[in-house]
Amino acid sequence: MWSIISVLVENKPGVLFKVTHLFRSRNYNIDSIAVGVTENPEFSRMTITTVADEKQLSQIIKQLEKMIDTVEVKLLEEKKSIYRELVLMKIKINKPSDIMEITDLANAFKCNVHDVRKSSIIVEITATPDRINAFEDLVRGYGILDIARTGICALERGVPSES
Amino acid sequence: MVALEKEGANIVFGLPGGANLPIYDELYKSNIRHILVRHEQSASHMADGFGRVSRRPGVCFATSGPGATNIVTGIATAQADSAPMIAITGQVPTKMIGKDAFQESDIIGITNPIVKYAFQPMTAAEIPEVVKKAFYISATGRPGPVLIDIPKDVQQNEAEMTFPSEVKVRGYHPWVDPDMGKIERAIEMLLSSERPVILAGGGVIISGAFAELQSIAELLMIPVVTTFKGKGAFPENHPLSLGPIGMHGHAEANKIMVEADCVLACGSRFSDRSVGTFEEFEKNLKIIHMDVDPAEIGKNQTTQVAVVGDLKSSLRIMAKMLIQKAIKKSGDNPWLKRVNETREYYRQNLKLHPHPLGAAKVLRKLREVLPAQSIVTTEVGQHQMWASLFFDVIHPGTFFSSTGLGTMGWGFPAAIGAKAAKPEVPVVDIAGEGSFNMTENSLAVSVLDDLPVIVFLLNNFSLGMVAQWQRTFYDRRMIGIDLKNCPDYVKLAESYGAQGIRAESIDEIGKAVQTALKSNIATVIDIPIDPQEDVLPFVAPGTSLKDMILPS
Repeated sequence: MWSIISVLVENKPGVLFKVTHLFRSRNYNIDSIAVGVTENPEFSRMTITTVADEKQLSQIIKQLEKMIDTVEVKLLEEKKSIYRELVLMKIKINKPSDIMEITDLANAFKCNVHDVRKSSIIVEITATPDRINAFEDLVRGYGILDIARTGICALERGVPSES
Repeated sequence: MVALEKEGANIVFGLPGGANLPIYDELYKSNIRHILVRHEQSASHMADGFGRVSRRPGVCFATSGPGATNIVTGIATAQADSAPMIAITGQVPTKMIGKDAFQESDIIGITNPIVKYAFQPMTAAEIPEVVKKAFYISATGRPGPVLIDIPKDVQQNEAEMTFPSEVKVRGYHPWVDPDMGKIERAIEMLLSSERPVILAGGGVIISGAFAELQSIAELLMIPVVTTFKGKGAFPENHPLSLGPIGMHGHAEANKIMVEADCVLACGSRFSDRSVGTFEEFEKNLKIIHMDVDPAEIGKNQTTQVAVVGDLKSSLRIMAKMLIQKAIKKSGDNPWLKRVNETREYYRQNLKLHPHPLGAAKVLRKLREVLPAQSIVTTEVGQHQMWASLFFDVIHPGTFFSSTGLGTMGWGFPAAIGAKAAKPEVPVVDIAGEGSFNMTENSLAVSVLDDLPVIVFLLNNFSLGMVAQWQRTFYDRRMIGIDLKNCPDYVKLAESYGAQGIRAESIDEIGKAVQTALKSNIATVIDIPIDPQEDVLPFVAPGTSLKDMILPS
């Protein structure tokens, strides 16, 4: 089961190491991890996606909660949260018409196009993993030269009192 | 030092070196007693033993680099057994960190998965709060080791220090109030089950919930088994006691555990060594789990009722509820009859090793001559499992062993730490020579620092447990186990200024222990036993308790 966990942690050195080490030492899986400081500079938010069965997922959450540097651990429900990943994709240009085709596809997916060259183009796509995969499938034929992904970043919808 | 004194630390175990000399210079001026060890690993085990017995963190010091890495085993041992400990290491000066300086090691990184928490103060002003937080985190909730790694310049710098009277750690909530409703449900479940058992784990000893546990067992007339770590959580001469379950558990305890339909597990993490295979254990068993650590609930076993909170509080509430409801069960029921018959059967019929110095005879003799309140530690191996089988703990909370990590060499330094915590009672390390070899240089500490303990050495001239596994699982291909009667432990003890006694009969063992008890100097009692004796019963690894192998 693919799950998104949102973890509010103390913003200090070594916390990312501790969290990833927990996954390593307990043999859990990290699918992606994205970290950044929050509106309060004392905290960072980590968005971790993982593949685990129900029992293991409950252990991951308990073990994360047990960590002293974690302040809040939440399992996000896909339907009740906004989650996105940013991907930069360098695609091969084989013939001049490819540029137009790829730009059209990019527009359809609300992507930005950067660094247009004779032999390559970089597309920036921010979307859910499903849409990113769909786009990737569509452009695979041209030849994908490089990909950089940020990992999923997510927030719960609304304010806690509403839910 | 002032910060340590304020936390009530009056003794530290350690060894100085380049990067912690400023700390030692302050120690010189303080009233804290310093115990100089011969190897830092022993300092950590002494602090661990001190912590388990006194139930407040023991403190050990080591220098940077190899000093720090030498205490890693001790930290891991304390973590595995939830023992409170503060390890304070020196570190190279802040400017040198990351430059591969002489005696630099990233001890924070190395110990990350085996500490409850770690601090590296970068300014002198932080130290009082760090020390306060370290003691708070180490001792509360589920206890554990906390590391403070202090760069040398931070040790030397002077700063305006304020000593906080209280600290708060935002992401740490060690106390949860037990849920009354769940305790009610637990009682109902116990009352409605036909064959209930109480499984007492190490948590009972850590929280000192002996009286609460005993009153619940007596009110409900439920038999009590323990884990190995929980050995002695309940008096082993009590009519409801069946002793430890597990790989080398008592036959009657394993048998009854398998037959039970409901278990009240108190402060236990359902270790594989205790329960065998997880799937088989929880089959046909309703599990009520009480523990201070929410992450233990459901980790290894599926529970029907979980009560999270300090075990002593949870059990006290349960006992009060039972008294309020005027529940007092009689012992006259088919289940208890079955329990008593099973115990009687195994007591009568379990074959003991025929050798004149068979482990059962030797350890029962020790029990006979040793006062009930004495503290016993063990090393790791056959002798440890024989202690579990044949040495009854009468006074709750007087038996300690490296049960989780299984650290050979733990028992002797831990016994010295225990003696420092409770100098008024005799302390005995039930040892094997393979383990004793690892930290025997602590004899110097036991003698010179006037912390006399008794090493009760079951000497089979080999790594006995490994030998047993090679006999059992590797078709007697014996390799890497022969210790060849070297050294002579009587002479070894004497060379340290300790007392060495060789005891070659049950009678001599009794006399040797009495001599040791009277003499008040460190004593090694060397007992040559039969290298061929196996520890039985035996639940082979990866099998279930019902597949217990009995002596034939």
